[in-house]
Amino acid sequence: MTGDVLDIRGLSLRFDTQQGAVHALRNIDMTVPRGEIVGVVGESGSGKSTLALAVMRLLPGNAVIASGTIAFCGSDLLKLPEDEMRAIRGTRISMVFQDPMTSLNPVRSIGWQMADIQYRDRAASAAQKRAKSLEALQGVGIPDAASQLDRFPFQFSGGMRQRIAIAMSLLQKPELLIADEVTTALDVTLEAQILHLLRELRKNINGSILFISHNLGAIAEICDRVVVLYAGEVVESGPVGEIFNRPRHPYTKALIACDPARIETVTRELPVIAGDVPNLHRIPEACIFAPRCPVAIDRCHTERPADVMAGPSHRARCHLVAGGPA
Amino acid sequence: MSLLKVRSLHVRYAIAGPVKAMIAGLTSRYIDAVIDVAFNVTRGSTLAIVGESGSGKTTLARAIVGLTPIAAGTIEFGGRNPFASGGGGGRAYHREVSMMFQDPVSSLSPRRTVQALITEPFIVHAMKDRDLAAEARRLLALVGLPHDFASRYPHQLSGGQARRVGVARAIALNPKLIIADEPTAGLDVSVQGEILNLLARLQGEFGLTYVIITHNLAVVRHVSDVAAIMYMGRFVEMGPTAEIFARPAHPYAAALIAAQPHPDPGKRRTEPALMGEVSSLRNRPSGCEFHPRCSKAKDVCRRDAPPPTEPGPKRMVRCHFPLVQNRA
Repeated sequence: MTGDVLDIRGLSLRFDTQQGAVHALRNIDMTVPRGEIVGVVGESGSGKSTLALAVMRLLPGNAVIASGTIAFCGSDLLKLPEDEMRAIRGTRISMVFQDPMTSLNPVRSIGWQMADIQYRDRAASAAQKRAKSLEALQGVGIPDAASQLDRFPFQFSGGMRQRIAIAMSLLQKPELLIADEVTTALDVTLEAQILHLLRELRKNINGSILFISHNLGAIAEICDRVVVLYAGEVVESGPVGEIFNRPRHPYTKALIACDPARIETVTRELPVIAGDVPNLHRIPEACIFAPRCPVAIDRCHTERPADVMAGPSHRARCHLVAGGPA
Repeated sequence: MSLLKVRSLHVRYAIAGPVKAMIAGLTSRYIDAVIDVAFNVTRGSTLAIVGESGSGKTTLARAIVGLTPIAAGTIEFGGRNPFASGGGGGRAYHREVSMMFQDPVSSLSPRRTVQALITEPFIVHAMKDRDLAAEARRLLALVGLPHDFASRYPHQLSGGQARRVGVARAIALNPKLIIADEPTAGLDVSVQGEILNLLARLQGEFGLTYVIITHNLAVVRHVSDVAAIMYMGRFVEMGPTAEIFARPAHPYAAALIAAQPHPDPGKRRTEPALMGEVSSLRNRPSGCEFHPRCSKAKDVCRRDAPPPTEPGPKRMVRCHFPLVQNRA
């Protein structure tokens, strides 16, 4: 077994729609090393959530995986029969979603739901399951956890609900936690608390986290490595310090430059990325970012760039980045 | 010169009828969403109102434009009370003040074209003599959309384009004041700048005055002249934006600024700036409402609500122990 919990190679995925195929993910290579937090950052429509759902094999029926492998602890999830995949979901890989109000069952108490997801543990009694749930709630900082088990999701605030969702996802001590925009719906003071919680939990469970977000601040705050997605392609990936301090791909540079939190001097003229996200029905034989790229040369419009190694474990998909072949 | 003056504004919502309140033994059948808010907005400037969910930002905006009834207090616009009886003041007010709502896609009727949406204000205000197609072209050009967008429907717009349509609608009647509720929430960071730059350009061109409501402090720092921090319905701090960011006086303002995640892995924090959550509006803490979360709280904070004080020129803070003291 390698040191990677998750190893995605050459993953391409399309959605067949009435308007034709939408090539949502193209030739994705990325890994999540054991015990690390890997951030996936991208704007709306970049394929972040599709990537997460592909790992969980929860894609809608019109999704077709054209090529590639998703290796989890050495075995390809795409080749597993459905019953084996079901045994992995929620146990060895679990997921926390953006809005805990929709991922929790509104008509069941928290305690009932937390006992329910331990159904595979046939030997455990109801009291043991409850004790384990209680411990999980205490682990995410829910005050007075014992009396909270009998309450319902609507009786909790948004921040508390997200803590509960995280506690549930960690009940079975998963090897990989997928957190999909978990702080997006939260206020900034609660976001800081949840990020702090994830960082603390990672220490305790020694799990790996795939942290998906459009928020550069949150990514910089907790991730060890960052994968930058643009229109369904990984345009750059590397250690967090490299990505934020020495970004190589023009898209990564532009994205970081746009964040008003990054701009020290006050300005009324904020930087933007001109143009629109490309149509994923027809993928040009060229760099996907070329139409919006401020530094594109002729070659960028005619030839698809290959990945180059811009530094140790830092790769970028751009003609203008110098480096050895990946 | 102040365009908008708000004094001791209160807004309350009834949560139960008198009988239900009596049976349930409620001490009050109201929750106070906005308490004792006072501010001036200078002509041509931008005021940002910042706060977390449930702090009363949107209620305050709705009260200013008259969409939510006011329980007490006064609003003066251009020196007059816009809601005074007689003279049809309300209608004139609504020509001069417009509101950009949160979530533009759902605030645009899905069954009407962009032209119908952005020229609706002319119909509402009985300006039938206008050439609506020409007005639509003018407005689309102002917000930087191609003129053929006039025949599109909201579902054919991207998030950024829908915001532009929202801006076009807000400026249709040449208003003096625009109240923008979360103008960039839900937008990607690369598009957010376009909308803020557009608002800044229109402000320069038409001398517009803005009240921007947001939870995004990074945006506030760049776009506003004056910022007000709201907590549980009250302004806890107000003053020149640059001053507040450089030297926040209220512990809540300081915590809010510190809680912003920085897109720089070199600036990671080890502890969250603020623990706990906003208290329930139904069960307000005694004294200073922030005391249960405040690390500096003392007995007096639990007992007495702090009166507004001036920690510096043109600044206001409601705190017994402000982080910035007036040197005078």
